[in-house]
Formats: sequence, structure tokens, C-alpha cells
Amino acid sequence: MTLLDRRDSVVGDVPRRRPRRTRTLSRRDKLVATLLLGVPLALDLAFIWSPALATVALSFTRWSGVNGVQFLTPCKQGGLPGIPTPGCFFGVQNYYQAATVYPDFWPAVRHNAIWLMVFIVFATPLGMLFAVIIDKNIRGSRIYQSVIFLPVMLSLALIGIIWEFVYSENYGLINTVLGRNQNNNLIDWLGNPHLNLWAILVEACWRQAGYVMVLYLAGLKSVDPTLREAAIVDGATEWQSFWRVVFPTMRPINVVVLVVTVIESLRAFDLVYITSKGNPLPGLELLSVSITQNIVGETQRIGFGSSLGVVLLVVSLVPISIFLFQNFRSEEKP
Amino acid sequence: MTVAAGSALASDRAVPKRRRPIRASNVAAQVFMITVTVLWITPVLFALYVALRPIAETNRLGYVSLAHRLTLDNFAAAWTQSDMGRFFLNSVVVTLPAVLLTLFLASTAAFIVSRVNLRFNIALLIFFTAGNLLPQQVIITPLYRLYLQIHLPGLISSSGLLYNSYAGLIVINVSFQLGFCVFVLSNYMKTIPGEIYEAGLVDGASLWTRYWRLTLPLCRPALAALATLLTTWIYNDFFWAITLVSTGDIRPVTSALANLQGQFVSNQNMIAAAALMAGVPTLVIYLLLQRQFIAGLSLGATKG
Repeated sequence: MTLLDRRDSVVGDVPRRRPRRTRTLSRRDKLVATLLLGVPLALDLAFIWSPALATVALSFTRWSGVNGVQFLTPCKQGGLPGIPTPGCFFGVQNYYQAATVYPDFWPAVRHNAIWLMVFIVFATPLGMLFAVIIDKNIRGSRIYQSVIFLPVMLSLALIGIIWEFVYSENYGLINTVLGRNQNNNLIDWLGNPHLNLWAILVEACWRQAGYVMVLYLAGLKSVDPTLREAAIVDGATEWQSFWRVVFPTMRPINVVVLVVTVIESLRAFDLVYITSKGNPLPGLELLSVSITQNIVGETQRIGFGSSLGVVLLVVSLVPISIFLFQNFRSEEKP
Repeated sequence: MTVAAGSALASDRAVPKRRRPIRASNVAAQVFMITVTVLWITPVLFALYVALRPIAETNRLGYVSLAHRLTLDNFAAAWTQSDMGRFFLNSVVVTLPAVLLTLFLASTAAFIVSRVNLRFNIALLIFFTAGNLLPQQVIITPLYRLYLQIHLPGLISSSGLLYNSYAGLIVINVSFQLGFCVFVLSNYMKTIPGEIYEAGLVDGASLWTRYWRLTLPLCRPALAALATLLTTWIYNDFFWAITLVSTGDIRPVTSALANLQGQFVSNQNMIAAAALMAGVPTLVIYLLLQRQFIAGLSLGATKG
């Protein structure tokens, strides 16, 4: 019976084989559509995705940036020092060197990892806490929100400079308050390799917490307030109703915050660059800084810098994929 | 269903309970937030305090001391002894066209992706969105080489290259920010009711008319929020300008701070003044358009 019905309907469908949801565009409209989409697409392709792919390709070469690059010619052993040779195929040597002889690599990886952990363990919960409190609309909420949000608007370069006065050895706020501003007992917050990463992370969290706060405020506003009330009525405490009811419904925001957190800690660059005045500073090695150092200056190591870029790329693909999956999964079926 | 039932219950029973039973936690929240607020504003005010005092005085007394004299001299000196005016102009020359171009190109792409049925709409959206999420350092090495390869007429670029030119900075800022804006705008455009377009089609509106006359005016709130966001982000850009520009006459003010730090190394108070001046445009946006900025971030986070 059902089978028959179905066959009937199939037969019935035959005349309009391709059910079109769109009206066909006129030829002129098609041209316009191509332009409207094509120009931004081309820009993104040329200046974002091609370089991203080129990073992968170049990471298997050795190239000083002169005389072009030949991807298929294997590098010869030796070569005369001082005479620039064209780029050549270097296999996985760049990765091997990064992991074995490049002194900054493992410190950089460790520092990026610490950066990420501090963001996850400290800045994100702090921002979430701010959001939850401000969302309760206690007296002064607007002022609190504005002040905590201020660093998000400032450039990281500016933030780096502002904090130099807080950390200044002889005159700074912290050392003066601690009484450690005499020449024999100074704390060198930004120079001491055991301290400077943490000092900079305070600056970074100062900004990041405000960023996370705004994202969660948006998330909390979109949560149906009756959900929480219902939980409270059912005997849940505030704590329980937040973690068991509100937090899970904010899943999309949680993913956004996760992505922002990971990407921002991989991108970390400006604060370190400003603090170290553009030079490498022990204790502040980061992948982003190493990459930049290998392309500017006298000795460009394009292939090597690219291999570090690929490391960043691979790590960043994890949160990017999670984000894309959660966002576009639901769109497959309208 | 259950939600509705729950809410009905809640309004029944919660009302008598609303006698603010959590006084103690309210006080704790206030104490906490006031402490945080004071901590949060301190670094900014402290830098301002340093900038307002003569270097001779802070050298003698340190930064943590009562001011004998507050003066704007450091601001004036930082302005006259450096190319601050030029740097600000560079920022305008880069930021303004970059913001407008990004909004235009992102809105056209978003329009096609969200309102014209193509088979690969989602793939396109993923393409744009993911591009914006890449760390800049992933692409900088080949991009830097690319910028040295692309020649421009001397009329557009004094260096003759995309490297070290306004055009180069505009192009990379636009390309990099496109992804985020396409994502936000396409989500926004999807919420526009289809009937509007049906009516447009009946009137024989062309694709361009449907974009320019029907869609864009409805997207004004999103465009305003994004414009605020983009202005701040592009103005605050440090990385592209540090890596893709080598000379001062092109350098926007945010990245110029790195050089000013070296130039004023003997007078930290002037550095504070210069940095705060560089922050003025964002502070203006902060004071006037904070809501727009937050709306922009929220649009990106909550998907329309």
C-alpha cells in the first residue's frame, strides 16, 4: 500500500525533475551576483588562504628570500656561505631543526601553552563571574561593566605601555607599594625571565576578562529567564541553577569563548613586542614572535619561519573546526 | 512545554519570596565589584597621572607621590617632538577606507550567500569565517613575500610595492576582517522575512536593487555595530603595520608607539602622554559608542 503510494508520488514528480527553490536569475543578475560574491572571495583567497597554503608549502623548503624558490630541487649539502642560493626542497628538516636545535622553540611552545592555560583557568572564569554578577543588575552594574570593558577597546600596544608604569622598577606602583624600589632590592617584573611572562599575562588577562564578560553577557541575555526561575522553584540553589540549567543552554557562547581564548593565546604578540622593544627577551619567547623574527631583518629564513607557522596553523585548526562544526551543523537542514 | 509550565509555577510561588532574601550575597557582590573596578581602572589612571607630571619631579619622587605640579607639557612635547600628526593622519588614511570597503564587500558577499540559493553556500561561509580565525602569524611569512612581489604604480604607492604602502595595509585589513563581517551579516540577513523579497520580485527588482534598496537599509543596525567594531580593531592593529610597513611616513599611530618608545626612552612621562594620545580615538568610541561596540561583539557571538 505504502509502496504503491510512494511509487505514485514518484511518478507524479517526474514532470518537474529538479524542484528549484530559486527563481532563475536573469543573465544580468547572474553577472552582478558573480561580481558581488567574486570580489570579496578573490580578496580572501589571494591574501588569506593562498598565504596559508603557501606557509605549508614553504615549510618544506630552505629559502633566504632571494633568487626565487624551486620546490622540486632538493637542497645541496653545504653551499658557499654568504652566497645566496635559490630556495630548495628541504624535506622535514625545518621541523626537525625546530624541535632539536632551535633554542626558542620549546620555550615558545611552553609559553604559548601557559598563556592558553592562564586564559582558560583564570581570565575566562573571571570574565564569566563578572558577567553573572552584572547580569543580576545590582546597583552600579553599568559602571562596573563600563570600567571592566575599557581595556577591550584599547590597543594591546597601548596596554603594554600603560602597564610599564605599574611595573617600573624604581618608580612603579607595585614596587613602591611593596617597598622594593631601592636599587638593592628591586623586582624586575618585565626583565626577569622567571617573572616577565606572568607579569605580561596579568596585562593580557586584564583585557581578556572584559572580552569574555561581554560575550557571556550577550549569552546570559539570550537565556530564557523562566528557565532559571523554574529551577529555583524546584529547589535548586543559585549555584546549581547556573551550572545545571543556564550554563548548558549557553553552549554556543561557550564555544565562541573557547575559540576566542585559544586563538587569542596563539596570536599573542603585541604585548610582548612592545614590552621587549621589538627584541627577543628571555622568558618571553612565543611562536608568533619567533615567526616574525625569521622574516624580518638581515637573515630571512622563510622556510623555517613557515614551519613554525604550520605549527600554529595545526593547533589553531582544532578550535576553528569545533566552532565551524557547531555553527554550520544545524544549517545543513533548515 | 515544560518551560511554560515551569514559568507559570515560578510566577505563582516566587512572588512572595521576593523579599530580597540574599542580602549578604548582595553586599559581597558589591564589595567584590567595587574592588575589581578600582583595580581595573588603576593602570589607566596611573599612566595618566604620570603623563601629567614633569619628568624632573617623578625622577625625584617616583610615580607614587603627591604631585606638586600637573601639566600638559608632556603631551605638547610628545606631539611636537615626533610625527604624531603624521601618524594620526596615516591611521585615518588606512582605517577609513578599510572600514568602508570591508563593510561593502562583506555585505555583498553575505547577501549572495544568504539570499541567493547556491549549492555551496555553507562551504562559502566556512571559507570566509575560518579565514578570519587564523592567527595572523600563520600567513605572515608568505604574505610578506607576496607584498614584496606585487608592484603598484607610484601614484598609489611611493615604494612602488604593496609592501610599505597605505594600499597594502588597507588590503590586508579588509581581507582579514571580511570573514567575521560576512559571518555576522549573513546571519543577520537570514532573519529578514522572505516576503520582502517576494514583493520586490513581483515589482521586477533586479538583484542589485534587492541588495542595495531592500537588504542594506534593513541591515543598518548590524552595519553600525560592525563599523564601530572595525574602526576600533583596524585602528588598533599593530601586527600588520609592524610587519608590512617599514618607514615612519606610512606608519599608523598604534604601531608608531613602538618607535616612539625608543625615541623618548629618556623621558618615560612623554611615552605615557604619547600612548594616551594614541588611545584618544578609541576612548571617544568607548564613551560615545560603547553600546554599538558591544552589540557588534554580541552579534558575532550569538548568531543574529
